[in-house]
Parts: sequence; structure tokens; C-alpha cells
Amino acid sequence: MVGRTQEEIEKELSKEYIPLSYAEYEEGLSNGKLLGLRCQSCGKITSHPMPVCQWCGSRDMERVELSGEGELLTFTVIRVAPEGFDAPYVPCLVKTLEGPTVIARLDLTPEEASQELIGKRVKMSGTYKYEGDKYSAGAHVCPVFRIIE
Amino acid sequence: MRDVAIIGVGHTKFGRATKSSLELFSEAALQAMDDAGVTGKEIEALFQGAALPGFEEGQVMPAAFSAAELNLGPIPATRYEGACASASVAIRDAVMWVASGTYDIVLAGGVEKALLMGTAFATRTFAMSCHSPTEGPVGLTFPGVFAMAARRYAVEYDIPLDVLREKMAYVSIKNHRHGALNPLAQFYKKMGDLKVEDVVNARMVADPLTLLDCCPFSDGAAALVLCDAEVARKYTDDPVYVLGTGQASGSALSKMEDITKPVSRIESARSAFKQARLEPKDIDLLEIHDCFTIAELIALECMGFFDWGEAATATEEGETEIGGRIPTNMSGGLIGKGHPIGATGASQVYWIVKQMRGEAAKGNQIDPVPEYGMTDTLGGDFGTLCHLILGRVRRG
Repeated sequence: MVGRTQEEIEKELSKEYIPLSYAEYEEGLSNGKLLGLRCQSCGKITSHPMPVCQWCGSRDMERVELSGEGELLTFTVIRVAPEGFDAPYVPCLVKTLEGPTVIARLDLTPEEASQELIGKRVKMSGTYKYEGDKYSAGAHVCPVFRIIE
Repeated sequence: MRDVAIIGVGHTKFGRATKSSLELFSEAALQAMDDAGVTGKEIEALFQGAALPGFEEGQVMPAAFSAAELNLGPIPATRYEGACASASVAIRDAVMWVASGTYDIVLAGGVEKALLMGTAFATRTFAMSCHSPTEGPVGLTFPGVFAMAARRYAVEYDIPLDVLREKMAYVSIKNHRHGALNPLAQFYKKMGDLKVEDVVNARMVADPLTLLDCCPFSDGAAALVLCDAEVARKYTDDPVYVLGTGQASGSALSKMEDITKPVSRIESARSAFKQARLEPKDIDLLEIHDCFTIAELIALECMGFFDWGEAATATEEGETEIGGRIPTNMSGGLIGKGHPIGATGASQVYWIVKQMRGEAAKGNQIDPVPEYGMTDTLGGDFGTLCHLILGRVRRG
């Protein structure tokens, strides 16, 4: 007899390949937490989440909460916004203390956003909620950081 | 694998088009077929770049209808999407299929009608080739990505931002100078004599990039006929051979080790050089993806034409102009010629071929004609990179 039982196929289907979903990551952000995954193989942290370690590709990862602190790597002031966004606002890249870089917004006015801020210490201070459009699969949040030194 | 030659090229006027995407692509394709002296019956497959046709004209699967419009028969026709590198990845696959011996003669190219969308919606749809789960809610835009890269470039090489902005302005000045001389360019006869002050004082789009640091939204199409190199001389006295191709993929911006040294661009260029058995010093002419002034500098460094941090000063000193070390974007590039995203890679190849035939516009044509030329095309925020190396002689 060839073929597999429905139970066998359903069992295979129930295996989880996503250790921390984007939805759970966003939920963490909304609760003031920057979540990530610690690799049990190389010890490094992955955040935003991925199905495998962003450094070594291992699948053996466990959830951790990051400190939410880091260094401002770069930023810009968006003056011409996509439909659904109101300019100006300040996207940035933050290298977290734990290692991975995250994309975020910076809690600054455009007038305050000067090149000298690069390298400053920043801390996650909240989230920005994008209400979404018909192409965004709903509303989403991103972290917001502020300068702390 | 067989060698592959380009035997015909076609290119519509870039800018705002009243014709539909299907008509624009047909125009470029028929020009290319006339140029090659081939009929529709001889074309065995179509490889078409188109990035956002669903948003522009409500048209998904445009390649099949392009083949039908041209009455090419029921041949395989496939749309390639790699954001702004769509046409280059289409051409690369066309080369592979001919090289493999599956087809002898094919049509490849691309088309886009981005101006239909208007600035706000075009900015939205272009940003869809950013990493949507993390960069989407931030409201990141392409000028924003390259503005962040420019600030990082200034930090990495310890260049005051104002000084870097002036150096970047020379990319815009050069590319607009050549775009103004190119009758097919969006800015033909316009902005051919910009000054540094014009660029740095233009309206800010994403600090520190102004409108004149950015390429425009554009409509247009370009197409090529490719064939087995063995039979190329049956069709033309001036075949141009595809000597090497490279393609590589990137990640979400935040997963990149250094946004001024995108690994995808470095790897793609390296594989093209390796396949062509050539080095940067062998190349006579570049058409590279200057979607923003800073992007041209990053591309020149990643491809190995200048050391890290040196492309900005080299550009200011004229090293990328006619008569310089490596003439770059003599068509006007994306900044001066326009950037119909799905067509850009094919346009870059078109202009290298024209230069090799000595048929570029006066003031843009290099003399003597180039032996070797190279294209660089970028999709997304370093998500898709493609390089093509072309030559007037086959590999030895």
C-alpha cells in the first residue's frame, strides 16, 4: 500500500519553523519590548526575527528580550513621503548593544536632526503605528528610539 | 556553454509617454528586430523586465501579451521582476538560455510607465521593494535609503557632510551634462550646465539628498535581440558579445554589515569579472545605476574601479568623465536620461552597444570606441544586483 495516513500528514504540518513571528515581534514592540532570538550554536542575537540565525544560519534559537539600547548608525529626514505617510519624519538604523542592527524611527524634530548625532547612544522609547493601506496587510508598528546622551 | 551576442537594439524616448506599456515595449522590440534584421518568426522566447505593471496599468503577466502584440506566436514569454534591475535579470536569463543551447534567437528587454502613478503613489510602490515587514511601517523611501548611506559614507571616510554633498553634486552635473546631449533622454536639452550650488540648494527630498541628487520617475522601454555568437555575423557586422554576467541578492537593510559596501553589489560584479576573465582596468566604459548621486559613488567602489572612499573625490576631479580614467554614464545615466525602472538595464546595454558602434550622440561618444563596457543595475535597497560585461570581440 502506498500513501500516508491523514494523521501522519497532519503531524508533519504541525511542526513549527518560525521561532518568533513578525506579529509576535510587533506585539513585543507595542509592549515596549525589543525581542530577538539567541542562537544556541554561535551565541549571537538575531533581531528582527528570522527563521534561522542571521549570523550562522542555525535553527537552534531561543527567544530573548534585548535591552533596547544601542548606537545611532545613520538617519535621514524624509521630506517626500509615500502615500499614507506625512512628512517630515526621521528613519534611522540603530546598532543594538546586543549586536544586531534594527531599522526604526528617531524621536527628533527635523531641525534637531544633525550629522553630529551619529554615534550617539539611543534607547527605544516607544513605537510608531502605521495604520496601513490596502497593500500593507493591515496596520504595523516599528520601534522609535531617542537620544540618551 | 555557447557564447552569446547582441545583434539588435531598440530604445524609446524616455520621459512621459502617452503610449501604453504594451505599445512602448513593441516600439523598442520592433526597432531591435529591424536593427538585427530578424523577423518575429525567428524569435524563440521573450524575456521581459517590468517592475510595477499591476499598479501602473492593472496589467499582470505583461510578457505574454507583448509576445502576442508582436505576433511572435505561442513562444515562452516571461516577466522578470527584480525591482529596478528587472531588465538586467531578464537579459541575464536570456543569455543563459541561449548559452545553454535551448534557444538560438531571443528577445529581451523591459518597460515601465512609472509617471502614471504620480509622486506619492510611485514613492509608495517603489518602496514596496524595501523589506516590507520592517522598513514598511517606518515609511522608508529609496531617497531615504541612499540618504542614510550618504551620511554613513561621510562618517566612514571622515568627510564633512557639506563637503560630501558638494562632491556628490559632480555626479549630477556630469550625468545631466550628458543627458542633455542625448535625444532619447528625459532631460534632453535641459540642465546641461548645472553648478554645484544648483544641486545642493535644490529642494530637499531626504536629507542630505536634494531633488537634483535623485533620478526622476520615467516612462520608457528598451529591447535587445540576442543570438548564438556563432551565427551573429550573419545578421550584423558589429555584434557585441556578452562576456560575463553576475547577479546577487541582498537582505533587509538592517541585516547588512555596511550599507556603504553592499555585499550583493560586490559579489555580483566579481562574478561578472570572473566569467569574463577581465578586471576593472580592462573596462573602457560604464553604464551604472546612479539612482542617486551617492549610489554612483558606492557602485564605482563596489565594482573595484576606485578604492573605498575615493570615488567621491575622483568624480570631482573628472576621473569618470570623457577622457578620465573610466567614463561613466555617458548616456546621462538614470539621473539625466531617466529611469523607467523595468527598462533601465536594457537601456544601459543599448547605450554600451551604441558606443561600441560609434553611434552615441556627439559629446557623449567616447573616441576610440570602447572595446569593453560594463553595466551595473540595482534593484531595491541592494536586494537585487546584476552586472553585464560586453565586448566587441569574443572571449579568447
